[in-house]
Amino acid sequence: MEVLVQQLINGVTLGAVYGLIAIGYTMVFGIIGMVNFAHGDVFMISAFIALIVFLAVTALAGLSGGVVFLALLAALIVSMVITSLYAWTIERIAYRKLRGSFRLAPLISAIGMSILLMNYVQVAQGSRNKPIPPVMRDTIPLFEQNGFVVAVSYKQVLIIAVTALLLGLFWYVVQKTPLGRAQRACEQDQKMAALLGINVDRTISITFVIGAALAAVAGTMFLTYYGVVVFSDGFVPGVKAFTAAVLGGIGSLPGAVLGGLLIGLIETLWSAYFSIDYKDVAAFSILAVVLVFMPQGLLGKPEVEKV
Amino acid sequence: MTMIAEQGAPAPAAARTPLLAVRGVKTYYGNIIALKGVDIDVHRGEIVTLIGANGAGKSTLMMTIFGKPQAREGSIVYDGRDITRMPTHEIARLGIAQSPEGRRVFPRMSVYENLQMGASVNNLAWFDEDLEKVCTIFPRLRERLQQRAGTLSGGEQQMLAIARALMSRPDLLLLDEPSLGLAPLIVRQIFEVIREVNAREGMTVFLVEQNAYHALKLAHRGYVMVNGLITMSGTGRELLADPQVKAAYLEGGHH
Ligand SMILES: Nc1ncnc2c1ncn2[C@@H]1O[C@H](COP(=O)(O)OP(=O)(O)OP(=O)(O)O)[C@@H](O)[C@H]1O
Ligand SMILES: [Mg+2]
Repeated sequence: MEVLVQQLINGVTLGAVYGLIAIGYTMVFGIIGMVNFAHGDVFMISAFIALIVFLAVTALAGLSGGVVFLALLAALIVSMVITSLYAWTIERIAYRKLRGSFRLAPLISAIGMSILLMNYVQVAQGSRNKPIPPVMRDTIPLFEQNGFVVAVSYKQVLIIAVTALLLGLFWYVVQKTPLGRAQRACEQDQKMAALLGINVDRTISITFVIGAALAAVAGTMFLTYYGVVVFSDGFVPGVKAFTAAVLGGIGSLPGAVLGGLLIGLIETLWSAYFSIDYKDVAAFSILAVVLVFMPQGLLGKPEVEKV
Repeated sequence: MTMIAEQGAPAPAAARTPLLAVRGVKTYYGNIIALKGVDIDVHRGEIVTLIGANGAGKSTLMMTIFGKPQAREGSIVYDGRDITRMPTHEIARLGIAQSPEGRRVFPRMSVYENLQMGASVNNLAWFDEDLEKVCTIFPRLRERLQQRAGTLSGGEQQMLAIARALMSRPDLLLLDEPSLGLAPLIVRQIFEVIREVNAREGMTVFLVEQNAYHALKLAHRGYVMVNGLITMSGTGRELLADPQVKAAYLEGGHH
């Protein structure tokens, strides 16, 4: 029981990070039908930007509690902005021109972009783990049972709270604002959206930017949680977030969040009760099983629409 | 042929510069030519109808006016401005609206949101007022504002597509087969709506119709398209009386 509760807390934290990345995959897929393989690397870059900002601020101002909090906030904001610029640029130079061509072209370009970003960071930042000083190590004990203290760390509270807040904001933008409406319109019928005066290219750019900004939130959280980042960190979390998007139903925003939470939970619970080595196998097996029975994913759109 | 003013509406003065002037437009799909040099004028305040067989190129012309696909040759001038190479979304912002072939409502948006999309060129400036107006025209939409558009019946989707186009308060309304698949009663209602927005608000309407009899009765002028070319033009009444038009487009088709 106590182990279960602890793992649930850990799983939700990890799931929040996956869910935030998964939204970027699912939105881009929804609007241009392309799997943006470089999205995981964009996430990795965002963690590096957060790292650099955090180290710079704490080098200047020390590591006292208040400063750490402000440094994290600065890292988050700067990372969101710069990562968005990266994503915007990638879309402009690597994807836009290929949009009208055969289906595999942008996909191949995305894989190339992923390799390029990874190598670029490897060259610029080296191949070793880059750490930040340990921060926010305090925990809030919840209850004790059988000598095991179930606790939630400040980091976890922060990650879950920030994620929930931003998801709420994001949901509002997509559902209630003209921007979100334009975005959904482009997803459903780009030609018609253009006939109604929507600038489709710009809307697609904005989609990339929103996805990247959320990935930057995930990247900053990831850095805070694990304390280190390395150039290859885009790959495994990226693949898992993509898995989360597919599990939840690619194209569905609530699906991406649900998928992220499920993958996070499966991973931590499996590590706790079975074998930590096989945690990824477990996550992917469950994906396979779900897709056999529900090819649309858990919250995917029904294929059939009256036209 | 004599000029006969239709239904008492003012005869459009041919001397004025047209609101929409299509000149020698050629449109291709890849290497296949779909429009082979089309000339059409639509004057302010007119209802102009375009009839023609399946595959003649009517929908292609409607979409070419919006730059999707763009004309490879010729020019399209709207309100004195050359829009031949303008991006589609900018054309939409000049006061032209289209209810395209196949309705193309956004299936996973509610009826209300579809109407919001229609008004987005004006940033919803007159949304409430215009919502009231289109709901008065199409009461069925009022009952279904929160329903997902993809679950509407075909006829309801057609009403929504027209209502959405009206929501932008266009000066020029393009309608591609607004009566397709509708029951006769609804067809009559839709033609009545077209007549009304034209008469009451002076909205200019350019209409593609299979329902040639009704369309030509409604229109001030008409064009006949065959195989990517305009082969005939005249007032609605002239075309209705023309033996060739009768044989090709009206046979048994009017009740
Ligand atoms: N996207 C496309 N790619 C290739 N050819 C096309 C495309 N759209 C239309 N065509 C061709 O262009 C020609 C004109 O088509 P268009 O849809 O304009 O005809 P239409 O007059 O609207 O016919 P209908 O009355 O059946 O709607 C047809 O031969 C059609 O096959
Ligand atoms: Mg057509």
